[in-house]
Amino acid sequence: MPSIKSIINIGNYSKHIVILFFPESKKLRTVALTIFGVLGERVFHNVHSNDSMSSNTIIRATSLNKTFGAVQALHDVSLSIKRSEVVALIGDNGAGKSTIIKILSGVLRPDSGSLEINGEDVNLKHYSVRKARSLGIETVYQDHSLGEKQPLWRNVFVGRHIRNRFGFIDVAQEKERTLKMLQKSIGLNGVGVSADSLVGTLSGGERQGLAIGRAMHFNSTLTILDEPTTALAVTEVGRVLNFIRSIPEKGNSALFISHNLHHVHEVADRFLFVDRGTIVHQCLKGEMSISELFETLEGFSVNPANRDRG
Amino acid sequence: MKTFYRYRFQCGILALLSILLGIFMYLSPQTFLHSRIYIAFMSTIPFATILALGLTLLIVAGELDLSFPAVMAISGFCFSSIAQATGSPLLGLLCALATGAFAGLCNGLIVVKIGVPAIIATIGTQFFWRGTATLLADGLALNLTELRETALHHILVGRLFDFFPMQALWCLLLTVIFWMILNRHIWGDDIRFIGDNMTTATMMGVQTDKVRIGLFITMGLMSALASVMVCMEMANWWPTQGEGYLLLVFAAIFLGGTSVFGGQGTIFGTVIGSIIIGILEAGIISGGLSGYWTRLAHGLVIVISVSVYAVALKTKRT
Repeated sequence: MPSIKSIINIGNYSKHIVILFFPESKKLRTVALTIFGVLGERVFHNVHSNDSMSSNTIIRATSLNKTFGAVQALHDVSLSIKRSEVVALIGDNGAGKSTIIKILSGVLRPDSGSLEINGEDVNLKHYSVRKARSLGIETVYQDHSLGEKQPLWRNVFVGRHIRNRFGFIDVAQEKERTLKMLQKSIGLNGVGVSADSLVGTLSGGERQGLAIGRAMHFNSTLTILDEPTTALAVTEVGRVLNFIRSIPEKGNSALFISHNLHHVHEVADRFLFVDRGTIVHQCLKGEMSISELFETLEGFSVNPANRDRG
Repeated sequence: MKTFYRYRFQCGILALLSILLGIFMYLSPQTFLHSRIYIAFMSTIPFATILALGLTLLIVAGELDLSFPAVMAISGFCFSSIAQATGSPLLGLLCALATGAFAGLCNGLIVVKIGVPAIIATIGTQFFWRGTATLLADGLALNLTELRETALHHILVGRLFDFFPMQALWCLLLTVIFWMILNRHIWGDDIRFIGDNMTTATMMGVQTDKVRIGLFITMGLMSALASVMVCMEMANWWPTQGEGYLLLVFAAIFLGGTSVFGGQGTIFGTVIGSIIIGILEAGIISGGLSGYWTRLAHGLVIVISVSVYAVALKTKRT
């Protein structure tokens, strides 16, 4: 269900806009139009200010729970990310960071909880990686973002190929766009890299660059980065951090996970501390120095039974 | 130059085929410089090629199917007995395809849903389907000579203009379709990423389970089609049908440069690979050597070419 507030707000202007907003469900439209008819005029003025506030939030997760067998990986996790914000998720191994991002990116389904993206409730039963991508949520994993033996252009367009009118992949156009992307957003010009090169021939930094560049190419509103700087050379770390810094410039957001608190401290606007499957603490940039970050993190102890990668 | 480098394996295998043909032409010009032998090749090679096409997709996805010869036997039996009983080979063909698809679905479910590795699961189903076929047929062959004059016979394995074998045409059509699937369709893209790294594929939103089950079903359909064609061509079904194809088809695929580790493979390589495997025997025998040399030559060609791939792709385990 989308929020009633937004329906009334839109419905007040025209029924047709309601139809535009909910093209996939006739039921939703009917509900929306009914509510609009009954309540529209009365509530409009109260709602208006609330609504503009919520549209500033890209993603809001409420009371997420997830168990793996007997282990409760997430317990009542709630978080939200605003526009143009870089949020860092920090915590020890097994704290539940990976589980959170896997739920947000559609890989895992939570046992309970709700998810709101761009002010609209998401049906978690039908939430998948493809759905997440279509809503502008893109994930860059440490080492599971790219197919090693595949050419770059296939990696850029996997899951959302440009197709010609016969339904086949438009290879020429994809290669051309890949090449443009390589030169523009990644800066891989010349040096023997082309759209046909295999991912296996790229360095670690170039790979992260490609994965982040891909997210930018598809205009993702929220880019989730899972350990993007691990196992990179020093110069390449700088490049990846610059990529992350450039994300909020265009009004987009990032959720950044790293064990390296120096990197986190450098780019994030807000820090969320995760421990034993819950968010235990949060603070804004400037509220904590890097040594205080370390101390806070060391203050948590991780239950060994709760181990889950990352 | 760049293009050549990209297609170096394809060029290599094409060169191997040309060299072999050259040697055969030199050794037995009376055979290899006349069209008859090539017509004969076009009537025998397509069966193995059709099987190899389906199996290539599976291997690119990092799976295997050792049960296809047995699936050939059971679907061929369905075709023969139904065609005999009803007099309609078309109905037989449809039943054979359904049987093949079902056998493929079973493989797929066992591998994907239960989680048995494909090599083990398909060894098991291989015995099962072979056993079922033999049991149902009482171990006896079926004579299909009355199908010789039916329309389906002419369509599937007839001779176009009285010389060109129809199965070669079907094989060509399937080659084009499979090439389009692997190279120009999102399904092919999913297959490549699954074979490359299943976790990555999942993270990228590929529905790995569906795609893999679909591949096993496709392989079942290809086995059924090949078996119907073989039954038609030979006018006979026999309980051990398909047995000879197992290793030849695998040999053709690996000769064609498809990686046993998944993620990489070409339809072009597979087709040329099956042609090479298909012409070796005739070439050796018409060259005056005894039939015993065939296997030795098969072995040599396969071992040498896969060694070349291994060195070029650095697949040595460390």
